[in-house]
Amino acid sequence: MSADDVTAAFDAEPALVPYVVAGDPSPEATEAYVEALVEGGADVIELGLPFSEPIADGPTIQEAIRRALDAGMTPAKYLDLVRDLDVDVPIVCMTYYNLLLQYGDGNEVESFVRDAAEAGVSGLIIPDLPVEESGELEAACEKHDVALVFIVAPTTTAERVERILERASGFVYVQARMGTTGARTDVSEDTYASLERLPASELPYAVGFGVSEREHARAIVEGGADGVVAGSVFVDRIAEAERVADAADALREKAAELKAGIRDADRNGTAKPETTK
Amino acid sequence: MSSTDDAGKFGDYGGQYVPEVLMPAVEELEDAYERYVLDNEDGFMDDFRARLRDFGGRPTPLGRADNLSARYGVDVYLKREDLLHGGAHKLNNALGQVLLAKYMGKERIIAETGAGQHGTATAMAAAYLDMPCEIYMGRTDINRQRPNVFRMRTHGAEVNPVDVGSGTLKEATNEAMRDWATTVEDTHYVIGSVVGPHPFPTMVRDFQSVISEEARRQSEEQLGRLPEAVIACAGGGSNTMGAFHEFIGDDDVALYAVEAGGSGLGVEEGEEYAPNSASLGTGSVGVLHGAKTKLLQTGEGQIVESHSVSAGLDYAGVGPELANLVDEGRVTPVNVDDDAALAAFHRLSREEGIIPALESSHAVAYLEEYDGDGPVIVNVSGRGDKDLDTVIEESTERDLPEAPDMEVFRS
Repeated sequence: MSADDVTAAFDAEPALVPYVVAGDPSPEATEAYVEALVEGGADVIELGLPFSEPIADGPTIQEAIRRALDAGMTPAKYLDLVRDLDVDVPIVCMTYYNLLLQYGDGNEVESFVRDAAEAGVSGLIIPDLPVEESGELEAACEKHDVALVFIVAPTTTAERVERILERASGFVYVQARMGTTGARTDVSEDTYASLERLPASELPYAVGFGVSEREHARAIVEGGADGVVAGSVFVDRIAEAERVADAADALREKAAELKAGIRDADRNGTAKPETTK
Repeated sequence: MSSTDDAGKFGDYGGQYVPEVLMPAVEELEDAYERYVLDNEDGFMDDFRARLRDFGGRPTPLGRADNLSARYGVDVYLKREDLLHGGAHKLNNALGQVLLAKYMGKERIIAETGAGQHGTATAMAAAYLDMPCEIYMGRTDINRQRPNVFRMRTHGAEVNPVDVGSGTLKEATNEAMRDWATTVEDTHYVIGSVVGPHPFPTMVRDFQSVISEEARRQSEEQLGRLPEAVIACAGGGSNTMGAFHEFIGDDDVALYAVEAGGSGLGVEEGEEYAPNSASLGTGSVGVLHGAKTKLLQTGEGQIVESHSVSAGLDYAGVGPELANLVDEGRVTPVNVDDDAALAAFHRLSREEGIIPALESSHAVAYLEEYDGDGPVIVNVSGRGDKDLDTVIEESTERDLPEAPDMEVFRS
């Protein structure tokens, strides 16, 4: 799959983009979880490649990353895992920049992008790489037809949004609130404010950070989003379950619930049409 | 004034590798740094210098260490940052940043701390300038630096323990960055060293360079010449850059950055552990905490736990400017192991009547290996009262010949 397939996954209806950490607690479990998420209605899978210092993540995902690293997950094993996945939705890799720099020889990020593309990764999200530092990775992504997804935060100025839209591909990740990742019990006012001020774009806007319930998914789509990203709510279920099969069931169910929320949305009622494609 | 592709680069090092949510704050800080620090807008730098004098007690002396000079046959001069208010060079930066936050209209201060010296300095500056303050500190460091925890609390700062990982500076920094990502609109994050995204490495260096500004002037006045070498310990590198900055153009002055050799060099693959904190001498290029620099990491890019008997040097990264100065050959990285640092702690205490911080003891220890003719300046970056418990315990364990016995306590 290519960068365009990531964008296309938002075409038919607003997309559900679940996130789990690869190798939490094992590569085999992750395969089962990804399949369950797709069965539950996931349109894109955001698969975390664990890094020891995840500064953009909250406690839930930090712990999952710790579990995956302790269980031996590495960039090479991550690509093997992606290669083995038997799903027909795009896989987007979320990780931190240092892992790309160390992959292969001599601080070249291209070797990672090349191997990731070959393994079946269609897009990258690197939360500690702002547009200012992204030149080298952007060139590599373009060369190997991998989408480079950027995050727009509540603090991002209009000028920066323009700069980000110029360089982004795949979709744009709209950070719904301040801080780090983590499930919340409400949809913040920031979310609506963020969506309202975003200019029309060729790229879909997917909202994440704090999404955990059907109602959130509905509200976010009615607010104008083209997709919903949810991570900690899934990771929580992986942490709680005693058996892989139980976790897979819980993930399938949760994905289906969020997807139902997306479908509940009245996109012509309270929606803000200027913010949708 | 917004960042360009070249913002804050030292060669290939430095930059701004932070989450998007922090970028506007980093840009705002860059703008404030340029206006207030570089251009002295509203007389900021005059205000800062006056406060460093009246509150901090600057200038600190450059004093000849007569007994060490006799021992080594080299004129040894000590730059006495241990005499700065609070007992370490950290106040130079903390006072500068808290004052800058005040000029910027920020309402809250956060900081990370390792040994607790930066946390203490920030808590002092925040109390002095009437700003609410929260300090993130690893659990391990809280336990091994109790006196500084008491001091921070006494100044009214909240101390937030960080239980993740090894519970040291790296984890505390992660947590402070997460706080900042949530509160960035009204909060200033006082980074404690010449690390982090631009403009921190440059700005912290500027606040700390008062050390070399004074030392250079004092050297000319007292010695009638510049020193042959300047020796400073290097963890993150703020006292190092502070002690070196004004000498960088003086090609005849050798600059030695003394890292913690801990109990052995290298990274133990598979263990995710480095028994040292020698990132300048033994690390590899990577991105951590907002900057590209030299790091202690596995071949795959996971950052490893570092080690030093000195909490303040116990960090897997180092300032990007220092990394570049090493690559350019201007700064020589050397290292001193735990035993040698402990021995130097006792030597300076007994022979010169100065109890140095364990961090600074690394710089003092390098005199054992130094083979020039002198004169040399050693930066005594802080005082060691905070380290006494650790030093007595570690010295006893190692049966260190330099250590005094503590039989007086036996009943």
